[in-house]
Amino acid sequence: MKQSLTLNKVTKFVGLGFLGTLKDLFTGKLEKEDFKTVLRKTIVPIASIFLFIGLWHMGAKTLYNIEADYKINKALKEQGQAAADATAACIASGDISCQPNSLPSPAQVWESYKSLLRDHSIISADKAAFKEKTAALNEKRIAEGKIPIVYTGRPSFVDQIFRSLKTVFAGFLLALLIAVPLGIFIGLSPTLKSSFNWFIQIFKPVSPVVWYLLVFMIVKTLLIDSSEDSSFTISFISVGLCSMWATLVNTAMGVSSVDKDYINVAKVLKLGSAQKIFKVVLPSSLPLIFTGLKITLSVAWMVLIAIELLAQSPGLGLFVWEEFQNGANDSNSKIIVAMFVIGIIGFLLDRLMLTIQNAVSFDKTDAI
Amino acid sequence: MAYLELNNIHKTYGQGDHATEVLSNINLSIEEGEFVAIVGFTGSGKTTLVNLINGLLEPTKGEVLFKGTPVVGTSHERGVIFQNYSLLPWLTVGQNVFMAIKEAFPKKSKKELNEIVAEYVEMVSLTPAINKRPKELSGGMRQRVAVARALAMKPEMIIMDEPLGALDALTRGNLQDEILNIWGKDRRTALLITNDVDEGIYMADRIIPLRPGPNATLGPEFKIDIDRPRDKTEMNDNANYKKTRNAIIEYLMDIGDERKSQSKEEFVLPDLNPKDFVNQFK
Repeated sequence: MKQSLTLNKVTKFVGLGFLGTLKDLFTGKLEKEDFKTVLRKTIVPIASIFLFIGLWHMGAKTLYNIEADYKINKALKEQGQAAADATAACIASGDISCQPNSLPSPAQVWESYKSLLRDHSIISADKAAFKEKTAALNEKRIAEGKIPIVYTGRPSFVDQIFRSLKTVFAGFLLALLIAVPLGIFIGLSPTLKSSFNWFIQIFKPVSPVVWYLLVFMIVKTLLIDSSEDSSFTISFISVGLCSMWATLVNTAMGVSSVDKDYINVAKVLKLGSAQKIFKVVLPSSLPLIFTGLKITLSVAWMVLIAIELLAQSPGLGLFVWEEFQNGANDSNSKIIVAMFVIGIIGFLLDRLMLTIQNAVSFDKTDAI
Repeated sequence: MAYLELNNIHKTYGQGDHATEVLSNINLSIEEGEFVAIVGFTGSGKTTLVNLINGLLEPTKGEVLFKGTPVVGTSHERGVIFQNYSLLPWLTVGQNVFMAIKEAFPKKSKKELNEIVAEYVEMVSLTPAINKRPKELSGGMRQRVAVARALAMKPEMIIMDEPLGALDALTRGNLQDEILNIWGKDRRTALLITNDVDEGIYMADRIIPLRPGPNATLGPEFKIDIDRPRDKTEMNDNANYKKTRNAIIEYLMDIGDERKSQSKEEFVLPDLNPKDFVNQFK
């Protein structure tokens, strides 16, 4: 009983409350009167998922038919009846060489998802074998002061997800380290605020592509002697610069709009400036700072794809671009898989920030 | 020389054409150990007056003297209890008090400071709630924390800005007794701002009405000659109490009427006669 209560609280806390209700439904804990709640909270959301997949399936089928008809007609016009019949037969047989290339159906996407996972396990096994094989040699090389041999094979889809997450967190951390202190200074001093305002207003709407180019110009020169791949550095700095504005603006606003009563208390108690900032100003602006950080993280994840693509930095963005360029039969469905993975990870990151925000914020309504 | 002296204080908000004089020509002197109450209507400039005394605001004209020296900024010598408690919601009861005395007694060790916190939290009987946050407390408990916070700094003068204004009548009565009890122990100088005449008479040695602003100024003072400790029920039959209370209320009512008659606005009422429902249904 107690355990399930905690589960309900946790799921509600991270915003997935319907999971708890679903569990109650299966364990038979719900009364008849609660049926409406169950309907609203679990059955309707689940039904909407099925509806979405159904619509997608039908849409994909229609597009597939349009493409197939076009192919057959083209063959008929250019090469005559025999070629048209051959094309139609080829399409019907499911042969890969002549499949119409359009929006993939849910089933195809699911297949691609499984094949990407299979691919991952093959590459991981390959990596492990390589590591084992080179272990002794690498020890010797390190002892001799040489660089150890590393695996340079193709990264799997899962590796690319982790690489993207690494880039996004590095960028987020950079944004946090720049925007929060700067925001505090700007918020505390009206002079700084008015002198920085034009700067913020001009740079805030700049597109991720332009940020990438700017960072590229600078980092390229700074790392001119380095033989290492600078794409990671460039992409995480660009992500950070793109996404920091929400935090900067929110921090400055939070710090400059602390409740006057608290400022009066700080004055009456004669708190020193450090005490005043850390004990009064910062805690009271924490909710706004976290709202900013939440926006920053979601913006970082959103621009990451475009920046990885430009920077040729391995990750989900590059994966999508390479699959598009690749044009293989299952490329389209792999792109859709990446799209869902990007969406789900973005959602989870948002929940993560919300959870942290609820945990640190003082005006929480019900804490765990 | 008086302990606290206000000489010809004027306070103006805004500038040029938009300037409004909130307080004008305020003169007040409070002796050491005295408990003075200032009674006034809501919006008559009471909080402005309090902020001038505690140093949050500076007068436009005139000077505030505390022990003979002009008040510049806030000081630990003058403890303030705010109207809306002003506790920091992210700190617990103990931490709220601790933060105040840490600044007031920078030389004391952490252990000594914690002892002071415990002592004052106990004094307002909140020891069981010492680790709770303000949000978990009732209004009365929050105000008791604010009292403990102000007193723990051991100020020489306590300034209370409508400290009980937001509380219900019963809690209010209890807290009045509690504050008087605590005050009675060492009889520090106290200034109480209130909109409740009874509260003023029950607690103070002297009551001064504040004529409502703009251009608020202090009216004639009323001495309360009732021996301490006072008892609420007995006081109701005290002739002296009745007389003073009536005099103050009459004075305040007169001001109210005066203010109304000064108003130049005229309200035209529609020419309507009430319907005669009683006869209609007969």
